[in-house]
Amino acid sequence: MAEFSLSNNSKIIKGEYYKDKTGSNNLKKVNVYRWNPDDGKNPRIDTFEVDMNNCGPKVLDILFKIKNEIDSSLTFRRSCAHGVCGSCAMNVDGTNTLSCIKSHSDIKGTLNIYPLPHLKVVKDLIGDLSNLYKQYESIQPWLKTSKTNTEKQEILQSQKDRSKLDGYYECILCACCSTSCPSYWWNGDKYLGPAVLLQAYRWISDSRDEEKKERLKKVADELKLYRCHTIMNCTNSCPKGLNPAKAIGSIKKMLATS
Amino acid sequence: MEYKKNPLTPHLQIYAWQISSLLSITHRITGVINAIAISMICIWLLLVISSEKIIFEGILNSSFGKFLSISLCWTFSFHMLNEIRHLIWDAGYGFDPKISKITGYATLILSFLLATIIYLIGVNL
Repeated sequence: MAEFSLSNNSKIIKGEYYKDKTGSNNLKKVNVYRWNPDDGKNPRIDTFEVDMNNCGPKVLDILFKIKNEIDSSLTFRRSCAHGVCGSCAMNVDGTNTLSCIKSHSDIKGTLNIYPLPHLKVVKDLIGDLSNLYKQYESIQPWLKTSKTNTEKQEILQSQKDRSKLDGYYECILCACCSTSCPSYWWNGDKYLGPAVLLQAYRWISDSRDEEKKERLKKVADELKLYRCHTIMNCTNSCPKGLNPAKAIGSIKKMLATS
Repeated sequence: MEYKKNPLTPHLQIYAWQISSLLSITHRITGVINAIAISMICIWLLLVISSEKIIFEGILNSSFGKFLSISLCWTFSFHMLNEIRHLIWDAGYGFDPKISKITGYATLILSFLLATIIYLIGVNL
């Protein structure tokens, strides 16, 4: 049975309030989820007053500003800062997104920043994604072919077949979609979730792959696939504008018609 | 590294509701209500047939009874219309976020309309 409320050690307590020291007339209150594995306390929400006159346009810029100027212990993942790597995925203002491409001017009033939902927290804004990576491995995301030697060096694909991968190969596995899915929250240990199923579909629809049938058979499972109830949180949260719900729908349709 | 004992990050508590997720949970709830309601109505009908008089007439004519019947008109209308939406998805259409948003709002508005129509037909019979 799904646990809808947070257990005792996950309950959020009131954190510290960092008052502005710059004397700026353009302040934004930023609430950030914090948890330190070393102090043995519950997670807390710290509030920072951030000077927006001297801050870059994205939510990630605010986090950098807090880390550089207010509290250097703030911990988050980031790398490219251009929406390509998928490291800085987090819950901003109630929905999952990449903080490096989310403008803070879109959000009026107080800004709330949480880690990706329903994960074991590692520290502050970092959640543990190892389950998702294990599931990704389970769908064997590589090309399978019986071709050998020179045949295998270059497997040609028509433009039409190549276009079937559009909207799927762009996925950067940031996990925004999977961690936005209530079904994945309650059944994450068995249900593969939108990110992994989108990848599964990407390999199923690759014309160069020779194990389409086996791949379909493997994913056709009450828990692995059919826990998707088309809630559409995944598609609504994808920062790359992809459509995991459609990919899952396509797999279901393939199974129903094959 | 194992993080099993670490706290769980908040989920339902913080995730913003969207029309899609709201309709999805409503679909489930109305489904359960409808299943119970149909069973009750069947039992009631059997009782009426066997005893040849209308049972619970007082309750059904009270304002609570009226509220109940109007509510059931809506839960049936909503569940039916949203199921049509699900069938269209199963056929592979309507996954575009914009389109699913439009069909979502349309379902919600039409469900109230259909509920009103069913109720008015029932009252005037």
